[in-house]
Amino acid sequence: MAEHDESGLEAVEQGPLTADAREPRNVASTGDPSDHPSVAALLDRFGDAVLRHRVNAGDQWVVWIDPSRSREILGWLKDDSEHVYDMMSDVTGVDYGRGRPVEVVYQMFSTRHKRALRIRCPLPLDALEIDTICDLWQSANWLEREVFDLFGVTFRGHPDHRRILMPDDYAEGHPLRKDFPLRGRLSRAEQTRRALAQEVERYYLADDLGHGVPQEVQAKLASQARPDARPDEGGT
Amino acid sequence: MSTKTVEFSLSGSREMGPDGIARSPLAPFDIPEPKIDTERMLINIGPQHPATHGVLRLVCELDGETIVKVVPHIGYLHSSFEKLGEYRTWNQIVTLTDRMDYLAPLIYNCAYVMSVEKLMGIEVTERCKVVRVILMELDRIFGHLLWLGTTAIDVGAFTPFLYSFQEREKIYQLHEALTGARITTSATRVGGMMADLPTGWLDGLLDFLDGFPKTLDEVDRLLTGNQIHIGRTQGVGAISGEEAINCGLTGPNLRASGVPYDVRKDRPYYDYETYDFTVPIGEHGDCYDRYLCRMQEMRESVGILHQAMARLPDGPINVADPKISLPSKTDAMSDMESMIHHFKLITHGIPAPEGDCYYAVEGSKGELGMYVVAEEGDAKPVRWRIRPPSFVNLSTIARLAEGHMVSDLIMINASLDIVLGEIDR
Repeated sequence: MAEHDESGLEAVEQGPLTADAREPRNVASTGDPSDHPSVAALLDRFGDAVLRHRVNAGDQWVVWIDPSRSREILGWLKDDSEHVYDMMSDVTGVDYGRGRPVEVVYQMFSTRHKRALRIRCPLPLDALEIDTICDLWQSANWLEREVFDLFGVTFRGHPDHRRILMPDDYAEGHPLRKDFPLRGRLSRAEQTRRALAQEVERYYLADDLGHGVPQEVQAKLASQARPDARPDEGGT
Repeated sequence: MSTKTVEFSLSGSREMGPDGIARSPLAPFDIPEPKIDTERMLINIGPQHPATHGVLRLVCELDGETIVKVVPHIGYLHSSFEKLGEYRTWNQIVTLTDRMDYLAPLIYNCAYVMSVEKLMGIEVTERCKVVRVILMELDRIFGHLLWLGTTAIDVGAFTPFLYSFQEREKIYQLHEALTGARITTSATRVGGMMADLPTGWLDGLLDFLDGFPKTLDEVDRLLTGNQIHIGRTQGVGAISGEEAINCGLTGPNLRASGVPYDVRKDRPYYDYETYDFTVPIGEHGDCYDRYLCRMQEMRESVGILHQAMARLPDGPINVADPKISLPSKTDAMSDMESMIHHFKLITHGIPAPEGDCYYAVEGSKGELGMYVVAEEGDAKPVRWRIRPPSFVNLSTIARLAEGHMVSDLIMINASLDIVLGEIDR
């Protein structure tokens, strides 16, 4: 990348791309694990499950771990008296697109030690499953439901595994995935047609109280051929 | 039950049953005792109901008037801000943030750009820091006042509603003087503010700060010792500190349970450690303690505002780096270099380094986190995530309301101080 242009005129000719874009200040580093007791302990105890670690944005520690052992590791971080991450601030997902794994991100904070830690679990696209942690932290209940709703990650053992922001019978997939077009998979006409065809009465039935999607909706969803549900699949 | 006339005679009316118990004179006619219907009732509250403070829908299973189960349904206001953000440059996202919590928009504006600046390693100017502290504390009062008014009206107190909305109107005017908008403020930019404080704005703020504590005292007199208010709030929706942490409660809802967790104290940003204020702590974790915490927090915010105004330094509000801040309009029109920077910033945006950043601030509702993920040179986020305090707080409502009456559910919902724009995003 060129140094800052003397005249600046060249930049105009080169167009609005990265020609004279500011060199991003690299505020990330691999860091020294001994700076963060929990990272050091994780490396020590779960060395084979820690994929990598990094310091982002100056002072924020991020540890990538093996998703198949996430529950064990997160549970240990919660219960071990040296760490006590009693607050699960956030559970969310990140999809980079282009076939890269979807990552589940846990933001943890220890109110006793005043320490924050971010754990990321990369999930390959053909195995979007991870163990639930909502029996360890109740705050994860809705947050995991949201990750399921918007990213399509299944949380094994979640007691109330259904969509939360989108309707239960939403047929267009998981909106925050990069392959989901901004306007949705269905055409506006089809979306309108489906909205008008909805049985509004169904939303006021007693089975709303039961966990999970009602049986008849499940059957309806299962029988619905997916290909016809995406007639105008576009890019991102 | 059909009515039957019974021929009644005194003699022989006390017929003994085989077990020696006197039988009612009706017994020979085999009329069953009236059964108490134990069938549970299903009540739907919302999504269009004023007491849900937005488009929240609560389906309640009732045993008599006691709540057995509450199932909240959300998503009616879902606009997928996070998805929209992936199609916008860093600065364009600012307008989305105030539409989430329209009750305290400036906190959201500030929190978002703070996370982006942290990701990019941008250090804002001293003046900008203090201005943002002022705006965030002002909007904490702004958010709490709406909570105060609407909560009071939910339990039948109309006057505090009028008082608090009169005060809110003054903050609206301050918003308008600063940004031109009353709710959709969009006041911040990466590396600074949309504009510096206008002349005389601080006088307006002082004016507000002069009158506001008096109004607060009046509301205090109306509610704090009010027997009806106490009866409706004390012991209702209580949660222990440990459980509150586990449930992810933050902000006044958590502090009411006796946990002194405040992002401003525990993970200080913008020199909050140098401001002199206390974090009010509750004891019982019920609706009344949440009320007390918020009332006291508003007073503390007034104190912080006075301190911030006293220390507000002169100097530039935006960082000097022309690759981050827009040049002045005059420069962009007359100076070639500035014009190019202007063009580049508008057409391309600010490139970010690879990485992610989670930045938490103490919002009016609780811990407001902004999580941004970028790849090398990205002018748009790969992922922009809001850690929504109301969303997590609301997820406890089933736990808080079960076993209480329906009318308590309304109070509990109000005491959590939710805003659906941010829950549904």
